[in-house]
Amino acid sequence: MTLILLETASLFATIGTPVLIIGALGLLFGLILAIASKVFEVKVDPRVEEIISVLPGANCGACGLAGCAGYADQIVNGGEAVNKCAPGGAAVAAAIAKIMGMTAGAMQQKVAVYHCSSGGYHNTKWKYNYDGVTSCKAAVNIAGGPNSCAYGCMGLNDCVAACNFDALHVDANGMRVVDYDKCTGCGACVKACPRGIIELAPINRNVHIKCSSKDKGPDAKAVCGTGHPCIGCGICSRKCPVQAITITDNLAHIDYDKCINCGLCATVCPTKAIEDLLVGMRKKAEIDPEGCIGCTICAKVCPVDAISGELKQLHTVDKDKCIGCEQCVPKCPKKAIEMV
Amino acid sequence: MGYLGEIFVMAMTAIFIQNFVLSRFLGLCPYLGVSKKLDSAVGMGMAVIFVMTLASAITFLINKYLLLPYDLMYLQTIAFILTIAALVQFVEMVIQKNAPALYKSLGVFLPLITTNCAVLGVAILNTEAVRSDGLTAYNFLDSVLNGFFSGVGFTVVLLAMAGIRMRLDMVDLPKSMKGMPIALILAGIMALAFYGFMGFKI
Repeated sequence: MTLILLETASLFATIGTPVLIIGALGLLFGLILAIASKVFEVKVDPRVEEIISVLPGANCGACGLAGCAGYADQIVNGGEAVNKCAPGGAAVAAAIAKIMGMTAGAMQQKVAVYHCSSGGYHNTKWKYNYDGVTSCKAAVNIAGGPNSCAYGCMGLNDCVAACNFDALHVDANGMRVVDYDKCTGCGACVKACPRGIIELAPINRNVHIKCSSKDKGPDAKAVCGTGHPCIGCGICSRKCPVQAITITDNLAHIDYDKCINCGLCATVCPTKAIEDLLVGMRKKAEIDPEGCIGCTICAKVCPVDAISGELKQLHTVDKDKCIGCEQCVPKCPKKAIEMV
Repeated sequence: MGYLGEIFVMAMTAIFIQNFVLSRFLGLCPYLGVSKKLDSAVGMGMAVIFVMTLASAITFLINKYLLLPYDLMYLQTIAFILTIAALVQFVEMVIQKNAPALYKSLGVFLPLITTNCAVLGVAILNTEAVRSDGLTAYNFLDSVLNGFFSGVGFTVVLLAMAGIRMRLDMVDLPKSMKGMPIALILAGIMALAFYGFMGFKI
């Protein structure tokens, strides 16, 4: 009897210590974690989860934040605007605004715009015959890229491969075409382009600089495959009626917030480096003889001096000169100007 | 040899000669899993350095003041896993509360390496490790430094792997070799290259 008791006691001594120690250790850690989870609790706003469920979940980064979850977090905690999700568009903006209890601001649809007229099979000047991996990122590492212009499109279509929405296509000449219906303005192509040629522009802006070259005029002309480089002469900047164009590093840049689509810059550009998608499609101004009081305001705002007429006399529009910029329309105090 | 020399030997051994991934073959899961992109590899590497250093410190204390006095060395694995898991959880909570920026860069990786074998490995190897004289067992500072350098060694190899794999993405490979197969071959070749360090004696 005593023997059994002794044996049991020694058994407990052998097993007991490790069980006790590991058990105590586990209990201790458990308690510490339990206390820590209370002390270091981070409250997650339930609205964050709701917004994540509304967002498309593409994690494209068009909002400029790290993925949809990051954007949702910033809307709730960082005061980020609700209309930054490009793929989601107005519907998602409205849904988020509902969760946040406010109204969504106007959603400006943006599309990809190429600031280069080169990059096709027939309109690119080559430095050497590139025969490597079909990727702009790889090609750009070899002697600064295969094309002569160090700022121009290499035509290897990294942007097309990067597009998640099938909005970029290559046409028969090897040029990239943006499908405005499919482009969500997510900016994946902007990031993919090693030359930085692509910019997101509001879909309702139709005048674009088709060049990214920061070379000086003569150099840019020498290497441009299409012969339409921006030489940084600044004529467009001076002629722009709304001062939307700035010249930096021999390159013109249009501020799309200011641009009024008048296309005047495209007509004055000596190298034809500015593309005007509305050319020939604009309406001309016409003054209603009944309404005109001869105040001369319209003549003063006209950037191309297409309106003539003496003070207190009927004014007329020279249709050949009028570029259809519609600057005069809102300025007329009698609302006597129409676009026809 | 002074203590600085001792640290140098420890660093060279942990980073090159006895590299955790390529010589000891520990921590292969993150080595193959998180090496597709360089920036996530950087995050993972930093998290591993952080956790290895902390784990070395705390497991040394557990080992010296709990396991050795009661002669429980055979419970090392269980005790260390318990400790490391609890520690990582605790640290995660603390930095989530106090350093949200750090949490954003390391947070995703911390739970992944809670029970990583490289972390457990450094804790167990520390208990057996001796200094370059072959006699003195590691003290507290030695263990912490060894944990840190082992983490650095892991990170170096992880970054090299990520760099090579990003370049491999652009190479025209046979379809059957794309992705994991070429990564495994690459890992083998890198291990062979590191095998060259084995002969070094500092």
